[in-house]
Amino acid sequence: MCVSNEAAVREVCERFDHDRTRLLDVVREVDERLRCVDDRSMDAIARELKVPRADVEGVVSFYSFLSTKDKGEITIRVCNDVVDRMKGGDEVAAAFEQALGVPFGGGVGRGSAGAGKGGVDGGDIEGGVSLEYTSCIGMCDQAPAALVNDVVVTRLTPSAARTIVRKLKDRSGSEDLRTLLADSFGDGNNSHDLVRSMVENSIRRAGEVVLAPYESDAGLTNAFSSSPQEVIRVIKASRLRGRGGAGFPAGVKWEHTRAAAGDQKYIICNADEGEPGTFKDRVILTERAHLMFDGMTIAGYAIGATQGIVYLRAEYAYLRHFLDDVLAARRRDGRLGSGLADGFSFDIQIRMGAGAYVCGEETALIESLEGKRGQPRFKPPFPAVKGYLGKPTCVNNVETFCCVARIFEKGSAWFSSIGSAGSSGTKVLSISGDCHRPGIYEVPFGVSLRDVLALCGATDVAAVQVGGPSGRMVPPADFDRTLCYDDLATGGALIVFNQGRDLIDIASQYLGFFIHESCGYCTPCRVGNTLLKERIDRIRDGHGHPSDLDYLKELSSTITTASRCGLGWTSPNPVTSLITGFPELLEQRIPLDPSNNGTGFDLETSLRKAGQDSGLPSYEMEV
Amino acid sequence: MSKAKVATTSLCGCFGCHMSVLDIDERILDLVQLVEFDRSPINDIKHIEGTVDVGLVEGGCANEENVAVLREFREHCKVLISLGDCAINGGVPALRNMVPLKECFEEAYLQGPTVHNPEGRIPDDPEIPRLLDKVYPCHEVVKVDYHLPGCPPSADTIWAALNALLTGAPLELPYQLVKYD
Ligand SMILES: Cc1cc2nc3c(=O)[nH]c(=O)nc-3n(C[C@H](O)[C@H](O)[C@H](O)COP(=O)(O)O)c2cc1C
Ligand code: SF4
Ligand code: SF4
Repeated sequence: MCVSNEAAVREVCERFDHDRTRLLDVVREVDERLRCVDDRSMDAIARELKVPRADVEGVVSFYSFLSTKDKGEITIRVCNDVVDRMKGGDEVAAAFEQALGVPFGGGVGRGSAGAGKGGVDGGDIEGGVSLEYTSCIGMCDQAPAALVNDVVVTRLTPSAARTIVRKLKDRSGSEDLRTLLADSFGDGNNSHDLVRSMVENSIRRAGEVVLAPYESDAGLTNAFSSSPQEVIRVIKASRLRGRGGAGFPAGVKWEHTRAAAGDQKYIICNADEGEPGTFKDRVILTERAHLMFDGMTIAGYAIGATQGIVYLRAEYAYLRHFLDDVLAARRRDGRLGSGLADGFSFDIQIRMGAGAYVCGEETALIESLEGKRGQPRFKPPFPAVKGYLGKPTCVNNVETFCCVARIFEKGSAWFSSIGSAGSSGTKVLSISGDCHRPGIYEVPFGVSLRDVLALCGATDVAAVQVGGPSGRMVPPADFDRTLCYDDLATGGALIVFNQGRDLIDIASQYLGFFIHESCGYCTPCRVGNTLLKERIDRIRDGHGHPSDLDYLKELSSTITTASRCGLGWTSPNPVTSLITGFPELLEQRIPLDPSNNGTGFDLETSLRKAGQDSGLPSYEMEV
Repeated sequence: MSKAKVATTSLCGCFGCHMSVLDIDERILDLVQLVEFDRSPINDIKHIEGTVDVGLVEGGCANEENVAVLREFREHCKVLISLGDCAINGGVPALRNMVPLKECFEEAYLQGPTVHNPEGRIPDDPEIPRLLDKVYPCHEVVKVDYHLPGCPPSADTIWAALNALLTGAPLELPYQLVKYD
């Protein structure tokens, strides 16, 4: 495939009105139709949208779901997150590689080369197939998981991987991948006609706010009966803080956005959910879409916006048609559109990401929405003053908007009576790793980590990663600490590690994640994390030196101080929390009599590798 | 006062840094007032006996012999200096780190445009030091105390550094000496 097709490119550009701020949508769609954006397509896009060719290439090269090289009809993206690998992801990856006869990142195969040597016999995969790794796709509670184009496949085993390859070979023409690959569909709306996914919600505990039954429209109606100023006052009184991680008071953000000068304002819902181990927004989007749209509409009313945008991560593309359909229904029912409340009009559109964790950062998200590389902006100016297309913009998390709607249904006093003093309401947690009942738990803020671990059936716990890699790795001594903004803050991820796990290796894998996802703008973040990983790997492999700990601390503090955005500020956390929480683990791994003056250089290892790489016989000889 | 001992070596370098040492011109007469040369290509002494005060290392480590020499220097030198960009960063030889080792051998001995090798053999005698998997800067193999950058560092830089180290005077490297454009 990937025959650059100028007519197709022109048609796509046409559909987006040759609007250069829709460049990402254009390249996404070209990539989807032609299965890559090659040189000629990029030329054509640049011509059609009248943008420099470098801008087009800049965008295509930034997002990991876009490619300049042909990907074939099918792309299988295997999730290589820590939890997936804990659950056997490496064996699944190997099985895919063998069955398809294509290595990871190794171009397009047809699946025929694999036959006979662990491969699956039979014909070719029509149109070709490529194999890639991808960062956490938000399925940790049903890991290992992978994406086959847009279709999520979960709870994989090597034999399940071979079955998938077999089915792809036997697939006739345009058979729907969703029905082909799933034996049965998941619970709730996962079985909805427009979703048809094997993904499961695994809601283990519904709390009082987000996942509780609610009265449709009550929040929206109540909010519209107050003035916008009053709405903001209620949100401030509820003490609602952002659920996306940073915990900024929602009412204050709304007030700033309302006060900012601008003829047009925007509400953005951050559904990028890229923090490894976080999958609660996926479940909320599946089961509480109306509630979230209610919240966005209320926010639009409060700040004086007429347009809302949901930025949906590419990994959740399987929910796209379902969400579009919910929006269409809302337009039909008069919950979106004009004249919602005296003179207030509001509409919402869904826009897609293309595989970049950093795009969850609100200014990077806005850049991405404007059709650029997802590179964070300098702040100030904050989005509240100068956001999407330069206009005042309020960005909130999926869960935050759900809380908003519930606050207007039940009142701010009700909301602030739940949770702890500094953190009102509940938090939807996504728990995964070494526990008996991974899944979704909505708990009131202020609950202790110990209680949560008991809920999810975690025994034999060596550490809990609270808040994903950008959060902290918490040792057992701290399990009586509480989950709230003032103690252990989390955007939702809780990953449990038992005594059998190598925590140093986990820290190293998380650094690998940040290295992969760094936008590359700041040297401390781009280079620093690579240096951190090198040194941590050295310790992991038993070649560490006592002075390494000081080196790691100093480098971590440089990265944190000198980076531009939250990714860089938090990227050394896997290392610093290991040093503070698990010093004895590092000390045990560092040899008492460190050889090599602490450089970690090992002559035997180097020569063995050179022997393997060169294949020369002299490396085999004893010296 | 007895003279300080200095040892120098060229690992995977081009000898440019050593040429630069010689470039201190007549100041070499002052230098020999201060120092006595132990192992160095200048006098062809093969091994360091005892302890030397300052070791100057040119070039990074590309093969097992480089590693052995560097380790000997570390063991015997009180102060070890990486001299020049190859020692500090791997330099030009480290360009091979981007190319699989097998391809490097094939390009060098089989396919290169100027290669004449009718038997198509890649030299593989046990006498020849084996290449490492990649070229390492010196401080990734042993602890290095100081780095003198430049390709090569200018004679003035080397002179200033040695002079300061041996006389105990503070080291002053004016901007012109450490600016490279
Ligand atoms: C690297 C990075 C990734 C982020 N990813 C997300 C995300 O996936 N979802 C989210 O809601 N917030 C994310 N954030 C936080 C957002 O920048 C922003 O604070 C948040 O969306 C605001 O909404 P809230 O106040 O409702 O939490 C991320 C921040 C950083 C620095
Ligand atoms: S800190 Fe990292 S991700 Fe953030 S702007 Fe800098 S390089 Fe990009
Ligand atoms: S630094 Fe420059 S002069 Fe010195 S060995 Fe390397 S290439 Fe030669």
